Amino acid sequence: MQSRESEIITNSKILETSKVPPVEGFKEAVFSLLQQVPDPEIPVLSILDLGIVRDVKIIPSTLGGGEEEVEIVITPTYSGCPAMDMISMDIRLKLIEHGYKNIKITSVLSPAWTTDWMTEDGKRKLVEYGIASPKMQSDLSDTPPICPQCKSPDTKLLSQFGSTACKALYQCNDCKEPFDYFKCH
Amino acid sequence: MYSIINQLTNQLVNYTLYLADSNLILTQRNAAWCGHGPILEQDIAITNITLDLIGQSRNFYQYAAQLINQSTNQLTVVTEDSLAYLRTEREFKNLLLVEQENGDWAQTIVRQFFYSVYQYLLYEKMQHSKDEQLAGIAAKSLKEVTYHVKWSSEWVVRLGDGTAESHERMQHAIAELWPYTGEMFLPADYETAMLAEGIAPDVSLLKEEWLKKVSDVFSEATISSPIGGGWEGAAFMHSGGKNGIHTEKLGYILSDLQYLQRTYTGAEW
Repeated sequence: MQSRESEIITNSKILETSKVPPVEGFKEAVFSLLQQVPDPEIPVLSILDLGIVRDVKIIPSTLGGGEEEVEIVITPTYSGCPAMDMISMDIRLKLIEHGYKNIKITSVLSPAWTTDWMTEDGKRKLVEYGIASPKMQSDLSDTPPICPQCKSPDTKLLSQFGSTACKALYQCNDCKEPFDYFKCH
Repeated sequence: MYSIINQLTNQLVNYTLYLADSNLILTQRNAAWCGHGPILEQDIAITNITLDLIGQSRNFYQYAAQLINQSTNQLTVVTEDSLAYLRTEREFKNLLLVEQENGDWAQTIVRQFFYSVYQYLLYEKMQHSKDEQLAGIAAKSLKEVTYHVKWSSEWVVRLGDGTAESHERMQHAIAELWPYTGEMFLPADYETAMLAEGIAPDVSLLKEEWLKKVSDVFSEATISSPIGGGWEGAAFMHSGGKNGIHTEKLGYILSDLQYLQRTYTGAEW
Protein backbone atom coordinates (compact mmCIF):
# COMPACT_ATOMS: atom_id res chain seq x y z
CA MET A 1 0.00 0.00 0.00
CA GLN A 2 1.30 3.45 -0.91
CA SER A 3 1.64 6.06 1.78
CA ARG A 4 -1.07 8.61 2.20
CA GLU A 5 1.30 11.53 1.71
CA SER A 6 2.42 10.41 -1.73
CA GLU A 7 -1.16 10.01 -2.81
CA ILE A 8 -2.10 13.48 -1.72
CA ILE A 9 0.76 14.74 -3.82
CA THR A 10 -0.57 12.75 -6.74
CA ASN A 11 -3.95 14.32 -6.26
CA SER A 12 -2.62 17.82 -6.07
CA LYS A 13 -0.63 17.15 -9.24
CA ILE A 14 -3.85 16.29 -10.98
CA LEU A 15 -5.31 19.50 -9.67
CA GLU A 16 -2.40 21.51 -11.03
CA THR A 17 -2.23 19.92 -14.43
CA SER A 18 -5.95 19.70 -15.14
CA LYS A 19 -6.55 23.40 -14.37
CA VAL A 20 -10.05 22.72 -13.14
CA PRO A 21 -11.64 23.82 -9.89
CA PRO A 22 -10.36 21.66 -7.03
CA VAL A 23 -13.62 19.79 -6.49
CA GLU A 24 -13.81 18.77 -10.16
CA GLY A 25 -10.23 17.54 -10.10
CA PHE A 26 -10.98 15.40 -7.10
CA LYS A 27 -13.98 13.91 -8.82
CA GLU A 28 -11.91 12.86 -11.82
CA ALA A 29 -9.32 11.32 -9.56
CA VAL A 30 -12.01 9.32 -7.79
CA PHE A 31 -13.52 8.19 -11.10
CA SER A 32 -10.15 6.98 -12.33
CA LEU A 33 -9.86 4.89 -9.16
CA LEU A 34 -13.36 3.49 -9.61
CA GLN A 35 -12.38 2.42 -13.13
CA GLN A 36 -9.91 0.08 -11.40
CA VAL A 37 -12.58 -1.62 -9.25
CA PRO A 38 -13.67 -4.80 -11.05
CA ASP A 39 -17.03 -6.51 -10.88
CA PRO A 40 -16.33 -9.54 -8.65
CA GLU A 41 -18.33 -11.92 -10.88
CA ILE A 42 -17.09 -10.63 -14.23
CA PRO A 43 -13.64 -9.20 -13.48
CA VAL A 44 -13.07 -7.91 -17.04
CA LEU A 45 -15.75 -5.28 -16.34
CA SER A 46 -15.13 -2.37 -14.04
CA ILE A 47 -17.99 -1.05 -11.97
CA LEU A 48 -18.01 1.98 -14.29
CA ASP A 49 -18.38 -0.27 -17.36
CA LEU A 50 -21.32 -1.92 -15.63
CA GLY A 51 -23.03 1.42 -15.10
CA ILE A 52 -23.73 0.97 -11.41
CA VAL A 53 -21.90 4.11 -10.22
CA ARG A 54 -24.56 6.80 -10.30
CA ASP A 55 -22.67 9.69 -8.78
CA VAL A 56 -19.54 10.80 -6.99
CA LYS A 57 -19.96 13.65 -4.57
CA ILE A 58 -17.11 15.50 -2.95
CA ILE A 59 -18.21 17.30 0.15
CA PRO A 60 -15.57 19.89 1.05
CA SER A 61 -14.43 19.92 4.62
CA THR A 62 -16.19 22.54 6.67
CA LEU A 63 -13.54 22.48 9.36
CA GLY A 64 -10.16 23.97 8.54
CA GLY A 65 -7.58 21.32 7.77
CA GLY A 66 -10.17 18.50 7.73
CA GLU A 67 -10.54 15.90 5.03
CA GLU A 68 -13.07 16.09 2.23
CA GLU A 69 -15.81 13.53 2.34
CA VAL A 70 -16.16 11.35 -0.73
CA GLU A 71 -19.58 9.89 -1.34
CA ILE A 72 -19.99 7.17 -3.95
CA VAL A 73 -23.57 6.55 -5.01
CA ILE A 74 -24.15 3.09 -6.44
CA THR A 75 -27.23 1.18 -7.57
CA PRO A 76 -27.65 -2.60 -7.38
CA THR A 77 -27.95 -4.59 -10.59
CA TYR A 78 -30.43 -7.15 -9.20
CA SER A 79 -32.11 -6.79 -5.79
CA GLY A 80 -30.46 -9.94 -4.48
CA CYS A 81 -27.10 -9.60 -6.20
CA PRO A 82 -24.62 -10.95 -3.63
CA ALA A 83 -21.79 -9.04 -5.33
CA MET A 84 -23.08 -5.68 -4.09
CA ASP A 85 -21.63 -6.00 -0.58
CA MET A 86 -18.32 -7.01 -2.04
CA ILE A 87 -18.39 -4.12 -4.51
CA SER A 88 -18.98 -1.64 -1.66
CA MET A 89 -16.06 -3.12 0.23
CA ASP A 90 -13.80 -3.06 -2.84
CA ILE A 91 -14.63 0.61 -3.47
CA ARG A 92 -13.82 1.45 0.13
CA LEU A 93 -10.54 -0.47 0.06
CA LYS A 94 -9.47 1.12 -3.22
CA LEU A 95 -10.13 4.62 -1.89
CA ILE A 96 -8.45 3.94 1.47
CA GLU A 97 -5.44 2.58 -0.40
CA HIS A 98 -5.17 5.93 -2.16
CA GLY A 99 -5.36 8.04 0.95
CA TYR A 100 -9.05 8.88 1.18
CA LYS A 101 -10.36 8.81 4.70
CA ASN A 102 -13.96 9.98 4.85
CA ILE A 103 -15.71 7.59 2.54
CA LYS A 104 -19.43 7.13 2.34
CA ILE A 105 -21.07 4.58 0.05
CA THR A 106 -24.75 5.06 -0.59
CA SER A 107 -27.01 2.68 -2.45
CA VAL A 108 -29.99 4.03 -4.37
CA LEU A 109 -32.74 1.94 -5.95
CA SER A 110 -34.36 4.52 -8.13
CA PRO A 111 -34.13 4.89 -11.08
CA ALA A 112 -33.68 1.14 -11.38
CA TRP A 113 -30.47 -0.05 -12.99
CA THR A 114 -30.71 -1.10 -16.61
CA THR A 115 -28.21 -2.84 -18.88
CA ASP A 116 -28.63 0.17 -21.19
CA TRP A 117 -26.22 1.95 -18.81
CA MET A 118 -23.45 -0.49 -19.61
CA THR A 119 -20.73 1.27 -21.62
CA GLU A 120 -19.94 0.28 -25.23
CA ASP A 121 -16.43 -0.50 -24.10
CA GLY A 122 -17.89 -2.72 -21.38
CA LYS A 123 -20.02 -4.60 -23.90
CA ARG A 124 -16.99 -5.18 -26.12
CA LYS A 125 -14.97 -6.52 -23.18
CA LEU A 126 -17.86 -8.78 -22.21
CA VAL A 127 -17.96 -10.42 -25.67
CA GLU A 128 -14.19 -10.87 -25.68
CA TYR A 129 -14.55 -12.58 -22.32
CA GLY A 130 -17.05 -15.05 -23.85
CA ILE A 131 -20.35 -13.57 -22.62
CA ALA A 132 -22.87 -12.27 -25.16
CA SER A 133 -23.69 -8.64 -24.41
CA PRO A 134 -27.19 -7.38 -23.62
CA LYS A 135 -29.20 -5.76 -26.36
CA MET A 136 -30.73 -2.32 -25.80
CA GLN A 137 -34.15 -2.18 -24.19
CA SER A 138 -35.48 -0.36 -27.24
CA ASP A 139 -34.61 -3.42 -29.35
CA LEU A 140 -37.87 -5.38 -29.30
CA SER A 141 -36.84 -7.99 -31.87
CA ASP A 142 -36.70 -11.57 -30.63
CA THR A 143 -33.46 -12.42 -32.43
CA PRO A 144 -31.22 -14.48 -30.14
CA PRO A 145 -27.76 -13.20 -29.17
CA ILE A 146 -24.79 -13.83 -31.44
CA CYS A 147 -22.42 -16.58 -30.33
CA PRO A 148 -19.44 -14.88 -28.66
CA GLN A 149 -17.18 -17.77 -29.76
CA CYS A 150 -17.83 -18.27 -33.50
CA LYS A 151 -20.05 -15.19 -34.12
CA SER A 152 -22.87 -17.30 -35.54
CA PRO A 153 -26.33 -15.70 -35.23
CA ASP A 154 -27.89 -19.18 -35.04
CA THR A 155 -28.22 -19.76 -31.28
CA LYS A 156 -30.88 -21.12 -28.93
CA LEU A 157 -32.00 -20.48 -25.35
CA LEU A 158 -31.24 -23.29 -22.90
CA SER A 159 -32.35 -21.59 -19.70
CA GLN A 160 -33.53 -18.12 -18.77
CA PHE A 161 -31.47 -18.37 -15.60
CA GLY A 162 -27.73 -18.90 -15.80
CA SER A 163 -24.75 -19.00 -13.48
CA THR A 164 -25.63 -15.64 -11.92
CA ALA A 165 -28.84 -13.61 -11.61
CA CYS A 166 -27.84 -11.37 -14.51
CA LYS A 167 -27.23 -14.11 -17.07
CA ALA A 168 -29.19 -16.58 -19.21
CA LEU A 169 -27.77 -19.74 -20.75
CA TYR A 170 -27.64 -20.15 -24.54
CA GLN A 171 -26.12 -22.62 -26.95
CA CYS A 172 -24.72 -22.02 -30.41
CA ASN A 173 -26.28 -24.24 -33.09
CA ASP A 174 -23.15 -23.96 -35.25
CA CYS A 175 -20.17 -24.45 -32.96
CA LYS A 176 -22.35 -26.19 -30.31
CA GLU A 177 -20.68 -24.27 -27.49
CA PRO A 178 -22.96 -23.23 -24.63
CA PHE A 179 -22.49 -19.60 -23.59
CA ASP A 180 -23.76 -17.02 -21.11
CA TYR A 181 -25.88 -14.11 -22.26
CA PHE A 182 -25.95 -11.00 -20.10
CA LYS A 183 -29.73 -10.47 -19.96
CA CYS A 184 -31.26 -7.24 -21.15
CA HIS A 185 -32.64 -5.77 -17.94
CA MET B 1 -40.52 -5.80 19.74
CA TYR B 2 -41.37 -2.17 19.04
CA SER B 3 -44.31 0.16 19.46
CA ILE B 4 -45.08 3.05 17.19
CA ILE B 5 -47.42 5.70 18.46
CA ASN B 6 -48.20 7.36 15.16
CA GLN B 7 -51.01 5.26 13.67
CA LEU B 8 -50.24 6.05 10.05
CA THR B 9 -46.55 5.20 10.39
CA ASN B 10 -47.55 2.02 12.16
CA GLN B 11 -49.75 1.02 9.23
CA LEU B 12 -46.98 1.83 6.75
CA VAL B 13 -44.63 -0.37 8.75
CA ASN B 14 -47.21 -3.17 8.81
CA TYR B 15 -47.74 -2.87 5.09
CA THR B 16 -44.00 -2.92 4.38
CA LEU B 17 -43.55 -5.93 6.67
CA TYR B 18 -46.38 -7.75 4.88
CA LEU B 19 -44.53 -7.28 1.58
CA ALA B 20 -41.21 -8.32 3.15
CA ASP B 21 -42.59 -11.35 4.99
CA SER B 22 -44.38 -12.82 1.97
CA ASN B 23 -41.14 -12.76 0.00
CA LEU B 24 -39.04 -14.07 2.87
CA ILE B 25 -41.23 -17.07 3.59
CA LEU B 26 -41.38 -18.06 -0.07
CA THR B 27 -37.60 -17.66 -0.16
CA GLN B 28 -37.25 -20.06 2.75
CA ARG B 29 -39.54 -22.58 1.05
CA ASN B 30 -37.90 -22.36 -2.37
CA ALA B 31 -34.40 -22.50 -0.90
CA ALA B 32 -35.10 -26.09 0.15
CA TRP B 33 -34.89 -26.98 -3.57
CA CYS B 34 -31.24 -25.93 -3.71
CA GLY B 35 -29.35 -29.00 -4.81
CA HIS B 36 -32.59 -30.97 -5.29
CA GLY B 37 -34.05 -29.44 -8.48
CA PRO B 38 -35.24 -31.87 -11.18
CA ILE B 39 -32.34 -30.92 -13.47
CA LEU B 40 -29.38 -28.61 -12.97
CA GLU B 41 -30.74 -25.70 -15.05
CA GLN B 42 -34.02 -25.69 -13.14
CA ASP B 43 -32.28 -26.01 -9.80
CA ILE B 44 -30.38 -22.88 -10.80
CA ALA B 45 -33.55 -21.18 -12.03
CA ILE B 46 -35.54 -21.67 -8.83
CA THR B 47 -32.61 -20.59 -6.67
CA ASN B 48 -32.00 -17.51 -8.84
CA ILE B 49 -35.66 -16.55 -8.48
CA THR B 50 -35.25 -17.06 -4.77
CA LEU B 51 -32.21 -14.81 -4.75
CA ASP B 52 -34.29 -12.05 -6.34
CA LEU B 53 -37.00 -12.61 -3.71
CA ILE B 54 -34.62 -12.37 -0.77
CA GLY B 55 -33.07 -9.22 -2.24
CA GLN B 56 -36.48 -7.58 -2.60
CA SER B 57 -37.39 -8.74 0.86
CA ARG B 58 -34.22 -7.15 2.31
CA ASN B 59 -35.12 -3.85 0.66
CA PHE B 60 -38.53 -3.93 2.33
CA TYR B 61 -37.11 -4.95 5.75
CA GLN B 62 -34.45 -2.25 5.62
CA TYR B 63 -37.12 0.32 4.92
CA ALA B 64 -39.36 -1.00 7.70
CA ALA B 65 -36.41 -0.91 10.13
CA GLN B 66 -35.65 2.67 9.14
CA LEU B 67 -39.27 3.70 9.69
CA ILE B 68 -39.39 1.98 13.06
CA ASN B 69 -36.13 3.48 14.27
CA GLN B 70 -37.25 6.95 13.23
CA SER B 71 -40.56 6.66 15.06
CA THR B 72 -39.66 5.13 18.39
CA ASN B 73 -37.29 6.36 21.02
CA GLN B 74 -36.41 2.90 22.22
CA LEU B 75 -32.77 2.17 22.88
CA THR B 76 -32.79 -1.07 20.93
CA VAL B 77 -32.19 -0.47 17.26
CA VAL B 78 -34.32 -2.59 14.94
CA THR B 79 -32.53 -4.02 11.91
CA GLU B 80 -33.52 -6.04 8.85
CA ASP B 81 -32.11 -9.07 10.64
CA SER B 82 -34.01 -8.59 13.88
CA LEU B 83 -37.23 -8.19 11.89
CA ALA B 84 -36.62 -11.43 10.02
CA TYR B 85 -35.14 -13.52 12.81
CA LEU B 86 -36.73 -12.34 16.02
CA ARG B 87 -40.41 -11.79 15.36
CA THR B 88 -42.91 -14.44 16.33
CA GLU B 89 -45.37 -16.32 14.16
CA ARG B 90 -48.26 -14.01 15.02
CA GLU B 91 -46.16 -11.01 13.97
CA PHE B 92 -45.51 -12.41 10.50
CA LYS B 93 -47.94 -11.04 7.93
CA ASN B 94 -47.09 -13.21 4.94
CA LEU B 95 -49.73 -14.65 2.66
CA LEU B 96 -50.86 -18.18 3.55
CA LEU B 97 -50.06 -19.23 -0.01
CA VAL B 98 -46.30 -18.84 0.37
CA GLU B 99 -46.05 -20.93 3.55
CA GLN B 100 -47.64 -23.98 1.92
CA GLU B 101 -45.39 -26.98 1.43
CA ASN B 102 -43.12 -27.49 -1.56
CA GLY B 103 -44.85 -30.78 -2.36
CA ASP B 104 -43.65 -32.01 -5.73
CA TRP B 105 -42.19 -29.83 -8.50
CA ALA B 106 -45.73 -29.15 -9.79
CA GLN B 107 -46.84 -27.72 -6.45
CA THR B 108 -43.74 -25.53 -6.19
CA ILE B 109 -44.34 -24.28 -9.74
CA VAL B 110 -48.02 -23.50 -9.14
CA ARG B 111 -47.25 -21.64 -5.90
CA GLN B 112 -44.56 -19.60 -7.66
CA PHE B 113 -46.83 -18.91 -10.62
CA PHE B 114 -49.74 -17.70 -8.45
CA TYR B 115 -47.45 -15.50 -6.39
CA SER B 116 -45.37 -14.12 -9.28
CA VAL B 117 -48.44 -13.08 -11.27
CA TYR B 118 -49.79 -11.37 -8.14
CA GLN B 119 -46.46 -9.66 -7.43
CA TYR B 120 -46.26 -8.47 -11.01
CA LEU B 121 -49.70 -6.83 -10.92
CA LEU B 122 -49.08 -5.39 -7.45
CA TYR B 123 -45.66 -3.89 -8.19
CA GLU B 124 -46.84 -2.58 -11.54
CA LYS B 125 -49.25 -0.35 -9.61
CA MET B 126 -46.99 0.20 -6.61
CA GLN B 127 -44.21 1.72 -8.71
CA HIS B 128 -46.46 4.81 -8.81
CA SER B 129 -46.93 4.85 -5.03
CA LYS B 130 -46.75 8.18 -3.24
CA ASP B 131 -44.19 6.57 -0.97
CA GLU B 132 -40.97 7.03 -2.92
CA GLN B 133 -39.09 4.18 -1.30
CA LEU B 134 -41.85 1.64 -1.95
CA ALA B 135 -42.20 2.97 -5.49
CA GLY B 136 -38.46 2.52 -6.05
CA ILE B 137 -38.41 -1.03 -4.68
CA ALA B 138 -41.48 -1.92 -6.78
CA ALA B 139 -40.01 -0.54 -10.01
CA LYS B 140 -36.77 -2.42 -9.45
CA SER B 141 -38.48 -5.68 -8.43
CA LEU B 142 -40.91 -5.54 -11.34
CA LYS B 143 -38.09 -6.16 -13.80
CA GLU B 144 -37.08 -9.28 -11.91
CA VAL B 145 -40.62 -10.56 -11.41
CA THR B 146 -41.24 -10.27 -15.17
CA TYR B 147 -38.81 -13.17 -15.61
CA HIS B 148 -40.40 -15.14 -12.79
CA VAL B 149 -43.83 -14.90 -14.43
CA LYS B 150 -42.40 -15.99 -17.75
CA TRP B 151 -40.50 -18.92 -16.28
CA SER B 152 -43.31 -20.22 -14.07
CA SER B 153 -45.92 -19.82 -16.87
CA GLU B 154 -43.76 -21.92 -19.18
CA TRP B 155 -43.52 -24.63 -16.55
CA VAL B 156 -47.29 -24.63 -15.95
CA VAL B 157 -47.76 -25.23 -19.68
CA ARG B 158 -45.00 -27.83 -19.90
CA LEU B 159 -46.38 -29.88 -17.01
CA GLY B 160 -50.07 -29.31 -17.67
CA ASP B 161 -49.77 -30.18 -21.34
CA GLY B 162 -47.11 -32.83 -20.74
CA THR B 163 -47.61 -36.46 -19.82
CA ALA B 164 -50.69 -37.93 -18.16
CA GLU B 165 -48.81 -38.01 -14.88
CA SER B 166 -47.50 -34.43 -15.02
CA HIS B 167 -51.00 -33.25 -15.94
CA GLU B 168 -52.48 -35.13 -13.00
CA ARG B 169 -49.90 -33.67 -10.63
CA MET B 170 -50.65 -30.15 -11.87
CA GLN B 171 -54.38 -30.61 -11.30
CA HIS B 172 -53.64 -31.89 -7.83
CA ALA B 173 -51.31 -28.98 -7.01
CA ILE B 174 -53.87 -26.44 -8.20
CA ALA B 175 -56.63 -28.03 -6.16
CA GLU B 176 -54.34 -27.89 -3.10
CA LEU B 177 -53.30 -24.26 -3.50
CA TRP B 178 -56.37 -22.63 -5.00
CA PRO B 179 -58.09 -22.03 -1.62
CA TYR B 180 -55.11 -19.89 -0.54
CA THR B 181 -55.35 -17.45 -3.45
CA GLY B 182 -58.42 -15.50 -2.35
CA GLU B 183 -56.57 -13.83 0.50
CA MET B 184 -54.35 -11.90 -1.91
CA PHE B 185 -57.30 -9.75 -2.96
CA LEU B 186 -58.82 -9.15 0.48
CA PRO B 187 -57.27 -5.98 1.88
CA ALA B 188 -56.03 -6.01 5.47
CA ASP B 189 -56.58 -2.87 7.59
CA TYR B 190 -53.12 -1.58 6.82
CA GLU B 191 -53.71 -1.99 3.08
CA THR B 192 -56.94 -0.03 3.30
CA ALA B 193 -55.20 2.69 5.32
CA MET B 194 -52.33 2.86 2.84
CA LEU B 195 -54.72 2.87 -0.11
CA ALA B 196 -56.34 5.98 1.33
CA GLU B 197 -52.90 7.62 1.44
CA GLY B 198 -52.13 6.79 -2.18
CA ILE B 199 -49.35 4.47 -1.00
CA ALA B 200 -50.80 0.99 -1.60
CA PRO B 201 -52.64 -0.20 -4.71
CA ASP B 202 -56.22 -1.45 -4.38
CA VAL B 203 -55.73 -5.22 -4.27
CA SER B 204 -59.40 -5.95 -4.85
CA LEU B 205 -58.95 -4.44 -8.32
CA LEU B 206 -56.10 -6.80 -9.17
CA LYS B 207 -58.26 -9.88 -8.96
CA GLU B 208 -59.79 -9.71 -12.41
CA GLU B 209 -56.46 -9.30 -14.18
CA TRP B 210 -54.89 -12.01 -12.05
CA LEU B 211 -57.71 -14.42 -12.92
CA LYS B 212 -57.38 -13.60 -16.57
CA LYS B 213 -53.64 -14.24 -16.70
CA VAL B 214 -53.95 -17.43 -14.66
CA SER B 215 -56.85 -18.84 -16.67
CA ASP B 216 -55.15 -17.97 -19.98
CA VAL B 217 -52.05 -19.91 -19.00
CA PHE B 218 -54.12 -22.78 -17.58
CA SER B 219 -56.14 -23.08 -20.75
CA GLU B 220 -52.92 -23.21 -22.81
CA ALA B 221 -51.79 -25.90 -20.38
CA THR B 222 -55.04 -27.87 -20.92
CA ILE B 223 -55.82 -27.54 -17.23
CA SER B 224 -59.41 -27.36 -16.10
CA SER B 225 -60.76 -25.08 -13.42
CA PRO B 226 -60.29 -26.45 -9.90
CA ILE B 227 -63.72 -25.31 -8.82
CA GLY B 228 -65.76 -26.50 -11.77
CA GLY B 229 -67.70 -24.36 -14.15
CA GLY B 230 -65.46 -21.35 -14.02
CA TRP B 231 -62.79 -19.47 -12.17
CA GLU B 232 -64.96 -17.03 -10.26
CA GLY B 233 -67.05 -19.59 -8.39
CA ALA B 234 -67.61 -19.38 -4.69
CA ALA B 235 -64.86 -21.76 -3.63
CA PHE B 236 -63.97 -21.63 0.04
CA MET B 237 -60.97 -19.38 0.57
CA HIS B 238 -58.68 -19.33 3.61
CA SER B 239 -57.52 -16.01 4.98
CA GLY B 240 -55.71 -14.61 8.00
CA GLY B 241 -52.05 -14.61 7.00
CA LYS B 242 -51.98 -10.86 6.43
CA ASN B 243 -53.08 -10.43 10.04
CA GLY B 244 -50.77 -13.00 11.57
CA ILE B 245 -53.19 -15.94 11.70
CA HIS B 246 -51.35 -18.71 9.94
CA THR B 247 -51.61 -22.35 9.03
CA GLU B 248 -49.62 -24.68 11.28
CA LYS B 249 -46.88 -24.77 8.66
CA LEU B 250 -45.43 -21.36 9.43
CA GLY B 251 -44.22 -22.37 12.88
CA TYR B 252 -42.06 -25.10 11.40
CA ILE B 253 -40.63 -22.72 8.81
CA LEU B 254 -39.75 -20.14 11.45
CA SER B 255 -38.17 -22.67 13.77
CA ASP B 256 -35.79 -23.58 10.95
CA LEU B 257 -35.26 -20.00 9.80
CA GLN B 258 -34.81 -18.45 13.23
CA TYR B 259 -33.11 -21.26 15.13
CA LEU B 260 -29.57 -19.92 14.89
CA GLN B 261 -30.32 -16.32 15.87
CA ARG B 262 -32.55 -17.40 18.72
CA THR B 263 -30.00 -19.84 20.07
CA TYR B 264 -26.90 -17.72 19.49
CA THR B 265 -28.26 -14.18 19.46
CA GLY B 266 -26.26 -11.85 17.25
CA ALA B 267 -24.16 -14.64 15.73
CA GLU B 268 -22.35 -13.56 12.58
CA TRP B 269 -20.01 -15.13 10.09
